[in-house]
Amino acid sequence: MTPFTVRGTNLGKTFNRKVIFREVSFELGRTSSLAITGRNGSGKSTLVKIIAGLLSPSAGSVAIEDGGQILDESRQREHLGLVSPYLQLYDEFTALENIEILSRIRGIKTLERDHVQSLLTTFSLWDRRNDALRVYSSGMKQRLKYVFALVHRPTVLILDEPTSNLDSEGVESVKHVVRDQKSRGIMIIATNEAQEAKWCDEALHLG
Amino acid sequence: MDLCDVSALTSTYALLSKDFRSELRTRYAVNALIMFVVTAVSVIVFALRSEQPDSGVLAGMFWVVVFFTAMSGLSRAFVSEEERGTVLTLQLVATPSVVYFGKLLFNTVLTVSMVLAVTALYMVVFSGFVIRSPDIFFLTVLLGSLGLASASTIIAAIIAKANTRGTLYPVLSFPVLIVLLMTVMSATGKALDGEPFASAGADFMVLLSYIMVMTGGSYLLFDFIWKD
Repeated sequence: MTPFTVRGTNLGKTFNRKVIFREVSFELGRTSSLAITGRNGSGKSTLVKIIAGLLSPSAGSVAIEDGGQILDESRQREHLGLVSPYLQLYDEFTALENIEILSRIRGIKTLERDHVQSLLTTFSLWDRRNDALRVYSSGMKQRLKYVFALVHRPTVLILDEPTSNLDSEGVESVKHVVRDQKSRGIMIIATNEAQEAKWCDEALHLG
Repeated sequence: MDLCDVSALTSTYALLSKDFRSELRTRYAVNALIMFVVTAVSVIVFALRSEQPDSGVLAGMFWVVVFFTAMSGLSRAFVSEEERGTVLTLQLVATPSVVYFGKLLFNTVLTVSMVLAVTALYMVVFSGFVIRSPDIFFLTVLLGSLGLASASTIIAAIIAKANTRGTLYPVLSFPVLIVLLMTVMSATGKALDGEPFASAGADFMVLLSYIMVMTGGSYLLFDFIWKD
């Protein structure tokens, strides 16, 4: 596997003249894991969005390198997976349709059926794969977000409030995902929960 | 987006396909467009009673109905994503240019369909709406729809995050679309009057220029509108 790095340099974010955070720096390589902690409103989700390329920082930069080459935004998407409460999928489509459609938009030419089945089974959604998302509970939608985040085997997996809306079985599945991701890629978790923060080897406290 | 980038083209097609499938299931935009077209034309018929306006008035009324119908439905390409909270999902899986061209193509197909529907309705209810120069008319419909879609798409992206998007959309659209509307009304009047194709040459040049400027400018600016 080629060396892979996510580097945040002097990141800062300001909204309407209010400084959310400033001078945040980190460097993560394969098998690194980072827990982003802080009180409510400290900017954990904001920092997650900046790392995922969904928000521009007010200061500093995020660089994602694969084999020493800095990836542009379009290439970064191939390597990033994100699970968060503010990510929504399409209620009018079934679970399987959501995964297929969004994978095609992402540019995945051929979806590995076995891999999709394995993920849906891991998160106990295989039997409900042909149900429209509008009939899913919030916990089931959260599980499907994991399938969506993992289907393209991302090098960087970012979890914002990873066990939100999940039952104990779901939490165990997430722990399995975190262990697997830490063994081959980069794991970033934003959380208020001390237990979840312990899943990571490094910590970054905001606020 | 590099137009030779096959991956980007595939992603754009996938997004377009997603929007069509979603529209078939939710009829989010189509219902609004159909309802507005039928209502607007009905009101015009009632207002005119048995009078049959001349070609210039008919051409103007035609594009007035098209404009306001577009205002009722074309914003939904982006507003629906905002209302359902799927904007971040799209930002995660697609580059801004893929999103822009996917939505533009969706709005273009919707606009062409809508204009053809208004044409059919006009031909039924107004005996004076006779297309004597079909070459001028259908090229005007095509170019007018492309221009309308390209302007409407970028403005929809701008207002999607606003609170008063329902009011803002036509208010922002009108000054941008006025040149297009005047040109298509002129060309449509010539089509109804049976003028030769060459007489609408200047109108077509204006429309082509409008489409190129609007689409090119929108493509360059969309990155800044789409991402916070």
